[in-house]
Amino acid sequence: MTKNLRVKSSEYIDETNRISFKFNGKTYHGFKGDTLASALLANDVHLVGRSFKYHRPRGIMTSGSEEPNAIVQINPGNNRTEPNVRATEVEIYEGLEASSQNCWPSVEFDIGGINNFLSPFFPAGFYYKTFMWPASFWEKYEFFIRHSAGLGKSPTSSDPDIYDHRNIHCDVLVVGAGISGILAAKNSAKNNFKTLLVDEKNELGGSTVFENNEFNKINNKTPSEWIKKEIEELKNIKNLEIKTRTSVAAYHQYNYLLARENLTDHLEVKDKTNKIRQRLLKIRAKKVILATGALERPLIFNNNDRPGIMLSSAIKKYSEFYGVACGSKNVFFTNNDSAYESAMSLYNKGINVEAIIDIREQSESKIVKKAKEVGIKIYWSHSIVDTTGYKRLNSISIMKLSNDGTSVTGSKISISCDCLGVAGGWTPAVHLYTQSGNKLKFDEEKKVFLPNQNTSEQISVGSCSGDFKIDEIIKNLNQKLKDTLNINETDLDSIKVEIDHENSKRNIWLLPSDKPLGKTKPFVDYQNDATAKDIKLALREGFRSIEHVKRYTTTGMGTDQGKLGNMHALGIIADTAGVKMGELGTTTFRPPYTPLTFGTIVGRNVGKFFDIFRRTPMNDWHVENKAEFENVGQWKRAWYYPINGETMHQAVQRESKAARESAGILDASTLGKIDIQGSDASEFLNRVYTNAWSKLAIGKCRYGLMLNEDGMVYDDGVTTRLGENHYIMTTTTGGAANVLGKLEDYLQTEWPELDVYLTSVTDHYATASLCGPNSKKILKKIIPDLDLSDENFPHMSFKEANIGSIQCRIMRISFTGEHSYEINVQASYGKDLWKKCMEAGQEFNITPYGTETMHLLRAEKGFIIVGQDTDGTMTPIDLQMDWIVSKKKYDFIGKRSLYRSDTMRVDRKQLVGLLTDDPNIVLEEGAQIVSELNQSPVEMLGHVTSSYFSPNLKKSIALAVVRGGKDMMGKKLFVPMENKNINVTVANPVFYDEKNERLNA
Amino acid sequence: MFLINCPYCGERDQQEFKAGGEAHIERPKQPTELSDDEWAEYLFMRKNIKGVQFERWNHAHGCRKWFNMVRDTSNDEIKAIYKMGEKPPSQ
Repeated sequence: MTKNLRVKSSEYIDETNRISFKFNGKTYHGFKGDTLASALLANDVHLVGRSFKYHRPRGIMTSGSEEPNAIVQINPGNNRTEPNVRATEVEIYEGLEASSQNCWPSVEFDIGGINNFLSPFFPAGFYYKTFMWPASFWEKYEFFIRHSAGLGKSPTSSDPDIYDHRNIHCDVLVVGAGISGILAAKNSAKNNFKTLLVDEKNELGGSTVFENNEFNKINNKTPSEWIKKEIEELKNIKNLEIKTRTSVAAYHQYNYLLARENLTDHLEVKDKTNKIRQRLLKIRAKKVILATGALERPLIFNNNDRPGIMLSSAIKKYSEFYGVACGSKNVFFTNNDSAYESAMSLYNKGINVEAIIDIREQSESKIVKKAKEVGIKIYWSHSIVDTTGYKRLNSISIMKLSNDGTSVTGSKISISCDCLGVAGGWTPAVHLYTQSGNKLKFDEEKKVFLPNQNTSEQISVGSCSGDFKIDEIIKNLNQKLKDTLNINETDLDSIKVEIDHENSKRNIWLLPSDKPLGKTKPFVDYQNDATAKDIKLALREGFRSIEHVKRYTTTGMGTDQGKLGNMHALGIIADTAGVKMGELGTTTFRPPYTPLTFGTIVGRNVGKFFDIFRRTPMNDWHVENKAEFENVGQWKRAWYYPINGETMHQAVQRESKAARESAGILDASTLGKIDIQGSDASEFLNRVYTNAWSKLAIGKCRYGLMLNEDGMVYDDGVTTRLGENHYIMTTTTGGAANVLGKLEDYLQTEWPELDVYLTSVTDHYATASLCGPNSKKILKKIIPDLDLSDENFPHMSFKEANIGSIQCRIMRISFTGEHSYEINVQASYGKDLWKKCMEAGQEFNITPYGTETMHLLRAEKGFIIVGQDTDGTMTPIDLQMDWIVSKKKYDFIGKRSLYRSDTMRVDRKQLVGLLTDDPNIVLEEGAQIVSELNQSPVEMLGHVTSSYFSPNLKKSIALAVVRGGKDMMGKKLFVPMENKNINVTVANPVFYDEKNERLNA
Repeated sequence: MFLINCPYCGERDQQEFKAGGEAHIERPKQPTELSDDEWAEYLFMRKNIKGVQFERWNHAHGCRKWFNMVRDTSNDEIKAIYKMGEKPPSQ
């Protein structure tokens, strides 16, 4: 039977609400208000996990988010499972299941525990040193290392929960609702600042709610009584929003903070459904008040990691807040007075306190005297040199400390105990402060790193700023609030504080043992099993930078990010290397403060909301006609239209033949369209395109190539002159936004003197591209009164016309080499236009074709696609498009770069056609091209950029970029593939209708 | 995440903006007169200072206007913002 260690009723625990939960398959009971940790402790379960490297049994160490040991898998095996959760933060609910991690087959009997006995062979850097050779064996080593390591299992099915993001703007954000945070928020809100108070716990008040030291008084009440009244009063304050279960994860520049609000994790499964589980708050605050408190430090001594060894403050919280006794024979080990408060707290509840081991020589404070009076045995100037008990602490050995604190003397005293509270002082939680970009200073007296500055936008108050005692807190907080909020009086003015003063201090980062260091296990980082020995080894091996020692020993690299032990690591390094801690500095505190779920980070942006997508006005028709779609940028474009179970290849072959033999139709609405107006529009085009535009007649179209300033092809498209000062430019589908951005950049920053206005009209027009020898007849049927003769409407010209009452712009331009028209109408008429074309084209077997056929048809003509046949390293000369580069123009974007020594090299990669010797073999796009097969290594001459089987030519065709390809016409090259070598011949990239006769067919 | 005071729209979150590299690099008026080295200097060379740096920014998801910013890259303090064509504040 399990024991029940509830010692008193607590107002935070609802004993009428009994909850059953499972841990490692066994059912336990707790109460509403318990955390998993407090409920397990109430059932006398200390052993909850195994350590990462040595698989040593580990127990619950803390009562908060700094917990290094008690990390568990929540709801194992179901789709809400979550690994690496701190048992100290999980609020229990009916049906909760949790299990230990990093142990096999069970936490009680873990095979990996053998590592503990092999530990002399696992020094710092063991993996780096051992698995280096032979290099090729790494994959085999890795298999075993990966299987024996690991912290929990990620879910294998998709997350059923909903997550959300919310933007919050406030005047004052107060982080942490302990005594300082509550007073700060209250006075901020009372002075009409819109205030947000957040705290990671479910209850406000921090540690003050269980602060019952009889010698400390606020307004003649115990701090605990007093704070409860303050919390009650918060409810009636306007301008104040309070969020509990909300943990600030990151503090970025300009007071931009990210916090995770936890909404349903504490609820039963039936109450979680269809609710937002966690919400990421994106907070922009005018002022931030950090009241993040302090974390108690452990002490570093031999075998300081056994289940049953806990922080002294945690023992106090479990007893006062949760009403749980962590042990029946308690001992404390301390270097300050706070352990006496914990001890007295237990004593007052009738829980047995065996002894207090204090490394100081004495202390005269009232609480210490009280402990003496009630008969608790105190060992001054003593240190723990060893502990025993494999799965639960059962005894400690103590010895007298030498005066300099580096060794122990005298005889060993053994004390039997089942719970040890360690109190090594307090470390201000400065994580968020440093994340905001500010620097720390080291306080030699208090042995803590403290915020170095307060600004008008940010202050640190309370124990996170080094004020540990209530009188200091109230006094300094009052002044800071007045300065920051620019107010003359506060509630704090009238607060009266009585305080029990601590007058003795002694700090020893690494406590000595009677054994040499090499024979001891003083853990500094519990989660990653880094000991003081490892840190000293790293220093001996020459590591000096704290950042390097951290990575070499993995100190502070666990999921707890070293919240407990990092200060000791720094202290040990400083002592060993003989430097001051202030000079050594700290490792970087990076966000998040505690781990965030991926769900919180992505919020609603999952599934179909992962990225926005754009659809053309004709989209419904494509869907109805069973088109397959492909993503082009954010657009969903019809890819091909399979009929009767055709494969993609079959569909594309059919569509390609139809477009050349009779008529095809393509939805070209996605092409970027930029409306260009202004008296300098022609001059502007002259500067941005490689060819000349001034002489383009109104009503004519011209193809243009746009370069980057480095001479490389950036975009292409047809631009039409609609009027004297009016053009419409088309861009590639994927490049539209970037082209507009680039043109705006030049207009606004380099050529502000030009009178030019750019407007994106991509979404305003729908475009159907009608192509093939019968396209003219189809258009004639749609617009009978438009003269389509070559004289009136030649290739590369433009007409405005009406289809019924609908205005349209028609360009006779071609991307397929066939006689074709691009018909543009207002977007809302796009689907009508498409249907009209389909109806009119029925007698000619008009065939809708998608992007794949478009690519094939243009490849037959050797037309490039920017981004497929180019990759940002191709000049127009490389593309054999010299004809489009004006020799006469003085300047255009990229012109100068075409005459750089590098761009003029003759052995650059150049665009060529490739024909396979066997016309049925289709090359793979991306395949490498070589001129030699029997040489190794062999020079890669280039690669295939586009490749298709052409149904119109009845053979395989490809475009490729090949080093010096321009002068290789007819040369035999090779494309080596995994199983065969393919023989190819360099050819003219224009495979079909070289004389362009079909444009006028 | 900066809070940027667009000279046309006012304070906006950084995610509305796009950084555009070093400011006050004027495109040469007569590129063809330049040697390869001189052109390369314009094309490729940027300072990337740790400290006070003059930068171009674009309110890409807002008014689409370009402007200049003086920013200390060591602590991300925005020291000044001014419109294109305006003189940079003297240091």
